[in-house]
Amino acid sequence: MTNYRGAPPPEDPPGRTMAELILSRASGRDVRAGDLVIVPVSRVMVHDSVIDAVMAGLKALGKDKVWDTSKVCVFVDHAAPAPTPVVADSHRVLREWVRQQEIASFYDAGEGVCHQIMVEEGYCEPGTVIVGSDSHSNSYGAVGSFGAGMGATDIAVALGLGRTWLRVPGSIKVTFSGKPRRGVTMKDAIMRVVREIGTDGARYACVEFHGVGDLPQGDRITLAGMTTEMGAKAGIVVGTPESPEWLRPAADASYAREVEVDLSTLEPQIAIPPRVDQVSDISGAIGIPIDIVFLGSCTNGRVVDMRQAVELLRGRRIHPRVRLEVVPSSRRQFEDAMAEGTLGRLSAAGAVVGSSGCGPCLGRTGGVLAAEEVCFSTANRNYKGRMGSPDASIYLGSPYVAAVAALTGMIDDPRPYLEASDDDFDALVAKRRTERGDRGAASARSGDHARELLMTIPLRSEPWVTGMEVED
Amino acid sequence: MPRAWVFGDDLDTDQIVPGRYAPFMVGQDKFHTYAFCDARPEFAKTVKPGDILVGGENFGCGSSREYAVAALKKHGVGAVVAKNFARIFFRNCVNLGIPVIESSDAIALVRDGDEITLDLAAGILRTPRGDAHLRPLAPFAREILAAGGVVAYLREHGDFPAVR
Repeated sequence: MTNYRGAPPPEDPPGRTMAELILSRASGRDVRAGDLVIVPVSRVMVHDSVIDAVMAGLKALGKDKVWDTSKVCVFVDHAAPAPTPVVADSHRVLREWVRQQEIASFYDAGEGVCHQIMVEEGYCEPGTVIVGSDSHSNSYGAVGSFGAGMGATDIAVALGLGRTWLRVPGSIKVTFSGKPRRGVTMKDAIMRVVREIGTDGARYACVEFHGVGDLPQGDRITLAGMTTEMGAKAGIVVGTPESPEWLRPAADASYAREVEVDLSTLEPQIAIPPRVDQVSDISGAIGIPIDIVFLGSCTNGRVVDMRQAVELLRGRRIHPRVRLEVVPSSRRQFEDAMAEGTLGRLSAAGAVVGSSGCGPCLGRTGGVLAAEEVCFSTANRNYKGRMGSPDASIYLGSPYVAAVAALTGMIDDPRPYLEASDDDFDALVAKRRTERGDRGAASARSGDHARELLMTIPLRSEPWVTGMEVED
Repeated sequence: MPRAWVFGDDLDTDQIVPGRYAPFMVGQDKFHTYAFCDARPEFAKTVKPGDILVGGENFGCGSSREYAVAALKKHGVGAVVAKNFARIFFRNCVNLGIPVIESSDAIALVRDGDEITLDLAAGILRTPRGDAHLRPLAPFAREILAAGGVVAYLREHGDFPAVR
């Protein structure tokens, strides 16, 4: 870390990282990693599951109105449509608040995940600071914004003042080279990076991505959003088409760490429960039986992700004992996938298609997991209890591997399925289904266990959903 | 005398208050009674105002849920001392007025249940096995904590503390 405060600046200080550049511009002075800044925010994002605390915070601050109604975006996506009367009531309060505040940028249940909409609808101005009430607000770095997740009181303060405080983060430079082979995606690339850096290896830092500015926007959201899983304050893609000319780190900028990933030799990556940084090449996970597949989230719920799944399914039905749940990340992605026939093909394969939103990623609505169930998810977290029961397991990976898991009932390398002739394809699927047999956790549950469950349900006084994450 | 509650590395906010006991699920008056309900079931019943949590690396990681910190505040937790903190947890503590202090040696010196005292002015945590050194807080965070949190600070001063 470099900090020039208290000492005269050297004659020729090293150039600025993306974080130093953006925060210097926002604060109006030359700041470096380690400096504290107070900066204006260009946008504040708030979602349904923290709204009560945010409203209470604003009230405690003595603010009747947010600082600028045109710069606030509000979403109902985390538990949407409402799964319980209590949540429904909280949504009702939120809608009243939005009307009273005259906030125009309001996205109700079914419109999609906050992060997807923030980026695709152009709410993220490159080179500015945006704060959100969700830890995956790092996603806004997909277009070159400094996006940071914060707690409810921080968000209330930002809503009241239009400003926030930040310590300028040190930066980690991640450089990608080469092109991934067929069947390998940028999800595999970011999981390879998390494997390298670890879940707290980028704590307080900004992760800068080099060499991928020209990738499709969706791939860049996958990269920036998952920097949260390394503890990062922000994740920013360098050289995006949305970025203005000035938004480039200097060639001699100073980095705490540099990581290089050669995409051309990258294998599909799998995160093993219950840690996002417990990542293996696909070869280490082949054969793990899967009960339910979730294709969705801000990480991988776009039309390209659904298209990859369809490309792999090749018109076949999924395994009869596996459930496939597809949740498009926004209405735009939903409608595009519908218009081109991708959603229809997924449905024909046996998928359940949910309304756009966070879906089961955080175990609040749709397809929550039972004890002992094993899920393959294209989302971003596999903590214990994240998607339902604390006794369920969650493997993370790409949409290609998700489709293989739905088809065969197990984790397998997607590449042979993409290359095989029709006959070889069917033979491969049949072979895998035989190997899997009855090994699925849900199908293995005994009748006795089921009776036990039936007897306990009416006695429960607790909420029926257990072990769920609430705000991210 | 404050009692020490000792935790390990990577304590996540789900362990502090599981999502199923979020305030809007169980009520603003009850969610804190579920603090550490899985990890330390006796915590909510026996914790006393002023008690200190001591942890290792990456304390408070995971979800950004502020109510994890709000639950500690409701129990009157006096401070959290750890090797280092996850960033959102750190901010939430400062904002709600709970001192969050880094110490590289506290976790090695303190045993669960020890009587310990925090001497912020001297930068020391006094333990039965000797003094642990505390990393000084930035003046910015110190001023907010002295006011009892960011809302109180802003109400009093109308703006953030100066940053230089």
